[in-house]
Amino acid sequence: MTELPLIGEAIAVAAEPRLAGARIGVVTFPGTLDDRDAARAVRLAGATAVELWHGDTELGDVDAVVIPGGFSYGDYLRAGAIARFAPLMSKIIDAANSNAKLPVLGICNGFQILTESHLLPGSMIKNDHLKFLCRDQVLRVENSNTAWTLDYEAGQEITIPLKNQDGQYIADEKTLDALEAEGRVVFRYVGFNPNGSRRDIAGISNVAGNVVGLMPHPEHAVEPGFGPESLDGIGGSDTDGLGFFTSVLNKIVGGDK
Amino acid sequence: MTTETTKKFNIDTVENAAKTPDTELPWAELGLKQNEFDEIVKVLGRRPTGAELAMYSVMWSEHCSYKSSKNHLRQFGQKVTEEMKKDMLVGIGENAGVTNLGDGWAVTFKIESHNSPSFVEPYQGAATGIGGIVRDIISMGARPVAVMDPLRFGAIDHPDTARVMHGAVAGIGGYGNSLGLPNIGGEMVFDSVYQGNPLVNALAVGVMRHEDIRLANASGKGNKVVLFGARTGGDGIGGASVLASESFDDTKPSKRPAVQVGDPFAEKVLIECCLELFKGSLVEGIQDLGAAGISCATSELASNGDGGMQVELTSVLLRDPTLTPGEILMSESQERMMAVVTPENVEAFEAVMEKWAVEYSWLGEVTDTGRLIITWEGDVIVDVDPRTVAHDGPVYDRPFARPEWQDSVQADTFTGSVQDAARPAASAELAAAVTELVASPNMCSKSWITNQYDRYVGGNTSMAFPDDAGVVRVDEETGLGVALATDANGRYTYLDPYHGAQLALAEAYRNVATAGAIPMAVSDCLNFGSPEDPDVMWQLAEAIRGLSDACMVLGIPVTGGNVSLYNQTGTTPIHPSPVVAVLGKLDDVARRTPSGWREDGQAIYLLGTTDAEPGRFGMGQHARPPGRAATEGGP
Repeated sequence: MTELPLIGEAIAVAAEPRLAGARIGVVTFPGTLDDRDAARAVRLAGATAVELWHGDTELGDVDAVVIPGGFSYGDYLRAGAIARFAPLMSKIIDAANSNAKLPVLGICNGFQILTESHLLPGSMIKNDHLKFLCRDQVLRVENSNTAWTLDYEAGQEITIPLKNQDGQYIADEKTLDALEAEGRVVFRYVGFNPNGSRRDIAGISNVAGNVVGLMPHPEHAVEPGFGPESLDGIGGSDTDGLGFFTSVLNKIVGGDK
Repeated sequence: MTTETTKKFNIDTVENAAKTPDTELPWAELGLKQNEFDEIVKVLGRRPTGAELAMYSVMWSEHCSYKSSKNHLRQFGQKVTEEMKKDMLVGIGENAGVTNLGDGWAVTFKIESHNSPSFVEPYQGAATGIGGIVRDIISMGARPVAVMDPLRFGAIDHPDTARVMHGAVAGIGGYGNSLGLPNIGGEMVFDSVYQGNPLVNALAVGVMRHEDIRLANASGKGNKVVLFGARTGGDGIGGASVLASESFDDTKPSKRPAVQVGDPFAEKVLIECCLELFKGSLVEGIQDLGAAGISCATSELASNGDGGMQVELTSVLLRDPTLTPGEILMSESQERMMAVVTPENVEAFEAVMEKWAVEYSWLGEVTDTGRLIITWEGDVIVDVDPRTVAHDGPVYDRPFARPEWQDSVQADTFTGSVQDAARPAASAELAAAVTELVASPNMCSKSWITNQYDRYVGGNTSMAFPDDAGVVRVDEETGLGVALATDANGRYTYLDPYHGAQLALAEAYRNVATAGAIPMAVSDCLNFGSPEDPDVMWQLAEAIRGLSDACMVLGIPVTGGNVSLYNQTGTTPIHPSPVVAVLGKLDDVARRTPSGWREDGQAIYLLGTTDAEPGRFGMGQHARPPGRAATEGGP
């Protein structure tokens, strides 16, 4: 099976011929929640979603990987701390660090897993207000040269949902300075810092730009009728998050933007 | 471990019970009345064993047996036309009713209460309320797709309200958010009548293909009975500790937590694991474990089936190895399910458990004896007709009468009241009144609560709070979806239970209709005081009569629900609070109508007639206490 339908068989989506060959893996851990949503985003962007299981010992034939949100293993210890040791994670870490530089996107719990895996620096602690917070969040795309942001303009502001309990990004000053200097702060919160993150950082990348992690959820802003504008009537768009998935697809197929 | 454990117990076998008819049993401490205990002895033809007494006492409780409300609830099944039944695939009596959505899709939903645990321990009480209702939905064979939570707390400025409210909201968020279920709406009402007895109700909705509908029954001789999910611990077995004669071990904890503790991760894994079982058609019958735990699951599965069941209780995996047989039978540990599996499917069943790392143990099998037999290391400790435990419990025709004070509260109308005299007239006064009204705790924005819940997960939420109804897409290809709303008005129901309950239904019905959906089914959570108080019993009887009459008029059936009684502090009951949920269908959720005005320049129309409502629902002293804003939405 290549997709994760709600119930029964996956629905057929007419993939864009140029992109349909691209295969993007979506990882499921016990406690993962947004895997169906991430797979839907991949399909809506025109590619094929491939279901990956945390216990798999081979990564298989995928061109990129999304580690979706949720509470892997309940996050009772420290968010992402156990998932990081899953057999599949060591394969993902190797592939991300290899010469092929597999594109990897970590969303929310996925971001936490990437920092626990040391693919990205820093860590997330509990929100400064100590509550779970779900809101439509404005972000500025600070770096449009990563594998996952090619389809955005630098400085572009997008609105996508944010929803977490442990979203406060922290790192030591030296690391934060280095991230800034190397252009690795990919997203910054605009207007309101929802969790106390250092320097309003919402998402970062590794040096090569193939690994990106962020707390907000682009996969919840990919479909008209089901995004921030439709749910909350705040104006703007329902589909500001789709660019993440089209970016990586365009990179995979080597096409022009 | 088993052998060592069993040494501590003085096992009261059926054989022993027959030989020792005069043994004193703590039936009163377990909540049974003399006539009920006598009935158990009559049914069995001997005194019950300790384990049997434990089972009967929990299954014959008000909570499990509906003994005070059953006679009245029948109206929901009687006042139904053929037309109303046409889309009902499963009616009242199963874990949750099932309604046909067309295109091979079915939807199941149910609302339940978790009131008293949420007062004792707000976080866990509310959390396990969500967990319990979600398991009801899974056990129908459905994938849960959304939750809602109607909440009622004491006065907002009372010092204890913050404890209860913040705890309950955090519990609903902490558990619900971890399951990947969008929270699409609910209610939040502050009123001092709920100070010592908050109402924490939870609704869950799930969808399935018609062929995936599962029922709770154990049929087919030789089929295996399995318990899976979390281990069994000492949760919620306060009452069982009086069966102390079972235990020789006086070092074990004497105090048990009265409130169950939830593990949302275990529940999430259980959801996915059950759906994989359904997909592979690996279970014949399935039942979640909630109130009354294994007592309920074994007796209901066996009672609904075509034979009997034999279970070895020492096979139950325990979190606390000191539990006695009675305690194991009564434990309300969360995140557990019981299923019936054919011998051919045992291997495939075990493979699914291994994949999701869910613990399981085979307890026994379905028999053709018509008896539920439970053994402890082979010794029979329970030998009963399962129907007598699960379905043929006591039923009471409780006396009820219209309270003497009812006339005076109804006569106390707005016209001629202090508030009437102080009615704003000038535009500045009107503006101030409007500002006061919209800023009042019950009218103001609830986003500070709903922003603690995930409304996006699943990617199918089309509408959520603060819209009047929540809307979720069911079929990604066609856009087929469902709308849900819950409503109640305790003050109106206090003034007139018959019409107050109808107004709650009408409001939920309108909220679903204005979302653009066709209302199809009703689930209700009837929160009332003590049925032993004739005033309260009258409120309950009138509310049920009103609801069932209104359902006939609107042409939609009640498919399930829950009755929560004894909601009172001392002898003071809460306002009668029937919380009514209505489910509707949208052929395409793209056509749903949100409640807010989103574009400039649109015309505004008010439909219906507005009048001063001088009668029962005037904003008199009881609808609007002095010095307090009218805080609940109008009819």
